[in-house]
Amino acid sequence: MKGKAIAIPYTIWMAIFVVAPLVLVVIYAFTTADGAFTLENFSHMGDYTTVFVKSFLLALIATAICLLIGYPFAYIITKQSEVFKQVAMLLIMLPMWMNFLLRTYAWMSILENNGLLNRLLSFIGLPTISIINTDAAVVLGMVYNFLPFMVLPIYSVIDKIDKSVIEAAQDLGANSGMVFRKVIFPLSLPGVLSGITMVFVPSVSTFIISKLLGGGSSLMLGDLIEMQFLGNAYNPHLGSAISLVMMVIVIICMAVMNRFGDGESEAVLL
Amino acid sequence: MSKELIRLRNCVMAFDGEVVLNNINLYINDHEFLTLLGPSGCGKTTTLRILGGFETPTSGDVLFDGVRINDVPPHKRHINTVFQKYALFTHMNVYDNIAFGLRIKKVPEDEIKKRVSEVLSLVNLPGYEKRMATALSGGQQQRIAIARAIVNNPRVLLLDEPLGALDLKLRKDMQVELKRIHEQVGITFIYVTHDQEEALTMSDTIVVMNGGVIQQIGSPVDIYNEPKNAFVADFIGESNIIDGVMERDLVVTFAKHTFDCLDSGFGENAPVDVVVRPEDIKLVAPDKGQLTGIVRSVTFKGVHYEMVIESDGYDWLVHSTLCEPVGTLVGMYLIPDDIHIMKKGG
Repeated sequence: MKGKAIAIPYTIWMAIFVVAPLVLVVIYAFTTADGAFTLENFSHMGDYTTVFVKSFLLALIATAICLLIGYPFAYIITKQSEVFKQVAMLLIMLPMWMNFLLRTYAWMSILENNGLLNRLLSFIGLPTISIINTDAAVVLGMVYNFLPFMVLPIYSVIDKIDKSVIEAAQDLGANSGMVFRKVIFPLSLPGVLSGITMVFVPSVSTFIISKLLGGGSSLMLGDLIEMQFLGNAYNPHLGSAISLVMMVIVIICMAVMNRFGDGESEAVLL
Repeated sequence: MSKELIRLRNCVMAFDGEVVLNNINLYINDHEFLTLLGPSGCGKTTTLRILGGFETPTSGDVLFDGVRINDVPPHKRHINTVFQKYALFTHMNVYDNIAFGLRIKKVPEDEIKKRVSEVLSLVNLPGYEKRMATALSGGQQQRIAIARAIVNNPRVLLLDEPLGALDLKLRKDMQVELKRIHEQVGITFIYVTHDQEEALTMSDTIVVMNGGVIQQIGSPVDIYNEPKNAFVADFIGESNIIDGVMERDLVVTFAKHTFDCLDSGFGENAPVDVVVRPEDIKLVAPDKGQLTGIVRSVTFKGVHYEMVIESDGYDWLVHSTLCEPVGTLVGMYLIPDDIHIMKKGG
């Protein structure tokens, strides 16, 4: 009974800040400005197919790159000394202590046509590149901002694998490649799955990164939603409908992924 | 008994300059059940890890069948290990755990199936193939760990305190079981434990270690009855260890009394440690004993009574099936065979 009493504040918190907004989104999505029930908000969805496809595609690419960089990175760190591990973790978290907006502005000035990157390139005699206001810049911004969310869960899962399990695999004849394929990687899957979730979900709904690094060229779901609430296109009902559709697609993606995780890692994901 | 399989020659192991194994020389025969016994930190697990290939000795040689294997990695040795905390693959079921080594060796799947089912019968868990490793009790996990190692037909099985995490009753059952498996499979078992009773029950040969040095190698009977020094005597079973003086060959004085003994070669008037097992002290009438003392405490231990008998300032530990009430004056009698003489500070 005591446990239940302690849970009350959290239940209230969840009700006010999680359940209530969700309910509001649903209500808005199915109503007109007058408050009448309608499905019209959804029938317009077809107009935004390209935005949906682009958002999911860019988020997918960013997640894949984060995984490709983050997994080996996390794995290599687990093999180092305790001091090295602590310093490495600190360095990974350090950028997160800085404001998200500030970090993205910094990338703007790095990637600009007359920015740091191009000045460096021309200094060492290489041709300059025009990357700002492209999809590549958006993906770069996502990878930079969300990489820690890939590294941390993978690192903590691999780091917790009992050393004797690895020795047991060696003992049974596995060389280092087999130990990784047959033991370490399967055991690290829960971390991989939660890493993917933690990168993919914010990537798909990001708006500031695409706005600052993608210029006007690449409109993403986040930008579209923002425009409905804060922009000229003011239409919170359409914005809610788009949010709802995006949420449903994300949930479906996650459910499919959970299948791959053999159901074991559901707890980690949800 | 049979031919030599493994030899450690002058093995030294140091971690960060701290010596944990000091000049270990040891040979292990084929088919033998050998136990490395000692308190924690004595170097027994390090010795096992050197044999398994998980550590490379700082200096010295490890020979397997006459070939130096210092630098052979674990996955290339004909040795398998049962780990202390089982170390099962938690993402696999029992079948895949046991088949792990065979699949790496590319054994055909129908033969794997046959061998897994055979080895599961051997460890008394037939039909457990489909269970997840995590859904088993500690005792069952340990049997699977043994099965997973044995199924590869190793020449040697290393066991690192495999029963340490089990409760007393289960541990006793598993001791018998392990001994049976050893006889049935017929390969060399090298067993690490800090439990002297476990070592005495199962082993053909016991290697007592302390502080990175081998104290004594011998059969359980030898180790128990003829401990080489006070450490072994104290570690294996319970002992009374008293200062004494070796007057000359076959005569020793301790507790203000001179006894005949069977030991010689210590020189004249040499200070020695005298070891007497508590069950070797015979309680007799006060006038019939070489020593007399007063019973200070009596504890019932099941098969015997454990008594503390104070004699001239020294508390003797005595095991006897007879019970003398606290406060009684009793005589204690020792025959020469029960008096063990050891060099001081060995």
